[in-house]
Amino acid sequence: MHRLPAAEQDGQPLYISISDRKGGRQDQPTTGPAAVRPAFRLSPVIIWLGLVSMMTDISSESVAAVLPLYITGYLGLTTIAFGVIDGINQGASAIVRIGAGWVSDRTGHPKYVAVAGYGLSMLARIGFLAAGGFWAIAGIVTGDRIGKGIRTAPRDALISAEAQPEYLARSFGVHRMLDNIGAAAGPLIAFLVLTLIPNGFSTVFGVSLAFAVIGVAVLLLVVPDRISPARRERSTSRRAFRWSQFRWSRLTEPGLGRLMFTAGLLGALTIGDGFIYLLLRDRESFGIQWFPLLFVGTNAAFLMFAVPVGRMADRWGRIPVFLAGHVSLLACCLLAGLPFTGTVATAGCLLLLGLFYAATDGVLAALVSQLARPENLGTALGTAQTVVAVSRMAAASGFGVLWYATGPGTAVAIVSGLLAAAVAVAATLLRRTALVAAP
Amino acid sequence: MRKRLLLLLAVVVATLTAAGAQAYTAFQQSNASQAAAPEVEVAFAGALPAAPFVIFRNTAEGHGFGQAATASLAEPNGQRTLLGTSCDRVYAARNLISCLSTKNGIPTTFEAATYNGSLQQQAGWALGGIPNRTRVSTDGSLVATTVFVAGHSYASSGFSTQTVISPADGSAHTNLEDYSLIDNGARIKASDRNIWGVTFSPGKPNEFYATASSQGNIWLVHGDITARTLSVAATGVECPSISPDGQRIAFKKSTSGTLAGSREPAVLDLATGNVTVLGERRDLDDQIEWLDNATILYGIPRNDAGKDSDVWSLSIAADAAPQLFIEHAWSPAVVR
Repeated sequence: MHRLPAAEQDGQPLYISISDRKGGRQDQPTTGPAAVRPAFRLSPVIIWLGLVSMMTDISSESVAAVLPLYITGYLGLTTIAFGVIDGINQGASAIVRIGAGWVSDRTGHPKYVAVAGYGLSMLARIGFLAAGGFWAIAGIVTGDRIGKGIRTAPRDALISAEAQPEYLARSFGVHRMLDNIGAAAGPLIAFLVLTLIPNGFSTVFGVSLAFAVIGVAVLLLVVPDRISPARRERSTSRRAFRWSQFRWSRLTEPGLGRLMFTAGLLGALTIGDGFIYLLLRDRESFGIQWFPLLFVGTNAAFLMFAVPVGRMADRWGRIPVFLAGHVSLLACCLLAGLPFTGTVATAGCLLLLGLFYAATDGVLAALVSQLARPENLGTALGTAQTVVAVSRMAAASGFGVLWYATGPGTAVAIVSGLLAAAVAVAATLLRRTALVAAP
Repeated sequence: MRKRLLLLLAVVVATLTAAGAQAYTAFQQSNASQAAAPEVEVAFAGALPAAPFVIFRNTAEGHGFGQAATASLAEPNGQRTLLGTSCDRVYAARNLISCLSTKNGIPTTFEAATYNGSLQQQAGWALGGIPNRTRVSTDGSLVATTVFVAGHSYASSGFSTQTVISPADGSAHTNLEDYSLIDNGARIKASDRNIWGVTFSPGKPNEFYATASSQGNIWLVHGDITARTLSVAATGVECPSISPDGQRIAFKKSTSGTLAGSREPAVLDLATGNVTVLGERRDLDDQIEWLDNATILYGIPRNDAGKDSDVWSLSIAADAAPQLFIEHAWSPAVVR
């Protein structure tokens, strides 16, 4: 925000920069107002972590795409049974996130906490190959989701440790881009398998397991379980961390607490892509047979925007970009709610939705990394994810009630109005944080 | 590091080889199975039979798996006649077949189609979810479909059923969620409403029964097509099927009384409101069909791993035991 281009050297813009990570870190070496912004260098560890996520997302999203078909069409379980399993899906991962982040902080081994999470999901995939019956499936899905809950915070802590502080959002952007290539490819691979082999669910599960194994192998074999030397210099307190020093109050440091509150406020008005797709379907903007591809489209937009939006966040400030992401969601709601029909409206909406995810997911992780004390980083990342997940679940159920009570059009109008107000409130709330966190 | 990268390469190659080999084997088996001779005696026909028959989905392994088939009511477990069209759910009246099917592709899509007695397609339209139920009114003028709409990712929320009534030519679709749901004269405005399992009242083209569910309740609702209303008629009655004489409703009764848990067949007497639980202890998913005014039909999977099932018959008399009606079959419909 207060960064001004000072000179161009070898094609690399230089910036007058106040430290990126001022928040809780008093022990930073580069706090001089005229410190030179270093050139962007992507740590190979971030690429490897991105590949781990890509493989794991191919694995989980290929199964997710065919799971309803498998449970109701092939296993012949009732639709109600799927409702129960889906509910387990939603709740299971939110709880373990904070705990996993905390364990990763406490032990100082984020890698092995992440391995436990990815490993549990991999074991669940083996279960799919053997399982029939309702409780077997419910148990496996729960294991998979808990694995996801465990791995996310320590993985983001590893990314944060490897990233240059000046390029946090861009580094997270690179990771999210790779992550979403997997999320977009997974369903396509699953549909392809079912096209070649009718009822080939066991083949989908086999392919899914293969990608899960590769993901865990990359993490185990190539990703180091160490905080980079540069980072260690900056945060000498990490090695000396003692349990007695842990305080929840550290999570409520002025900037961080306000950020979490704001993320929760905005999350509670984030109606979720499921409802956006339903709005588009109600408008008959596209043939209903294309419905499953909307998810792939959103992921494609997300992966396209992840890096450029991350760069913008590093350059112009992460909070403005985070808020702008919610404006993009607002625009998407309006586009889906207004009576524009046709492919253009649908495509525009998916682009805006992808932009929203690109400007909020990795950017929020970058903001948390910037504001949290290094010794609490995992816990802070886990808490932020839980806040977002829980508030969005509340938003989904609240919007569902509104949808039936007032009809889709009115419901989306009310939520859009509230979201616009919330973005304004958020901007005010985060003004001081923006100054603290300013690059 | 170099060693570790080599080890990683080895893991990747080994894993992909194993997955590829499994996929290739499954592909070969699938092709072989589709080309193999059916495990039951079959014939082929270009029209529906003139004599009373039962139409169902053929689940016998080999060529014709998944196709709609007919068998004579006189000898239901004898030779079956394949109709050449694949259906996940099938139902028929004398002059109209409703067939819901899954089309594999990118993405997988779902379709409804209607055929006349000479098996010529009358109409077809895309469905917004996985085929779950279909019924045709006795005069062949209306088609009801229930599909299962699921979230398309782990992130999106909720499940729902979507039940639509259309004229046989598919020219208009009425979503039953747009009907008013009425209990004792008061409108229920619940947000999590699901409606499924239509059964058309014989001889009353304007009326039907269906299941409505909201906030853990399961209701039998009586539908009126002109008034666009669904009136609660009973509680705990799921997936109804009305008898040919219109006096009883066979349904799936939850053993736990809640939405979770297994289902067993039961019969509601519409005049008295008495419910009789029948002698079938296996979990029931299929919508029940009536063979005659005293016997019901339903499909039960052969094992845990899906795909194949049998159709069973069960008398509604006390102490009756289920009897195998048609092997390797699912989704029965009786046309008299």
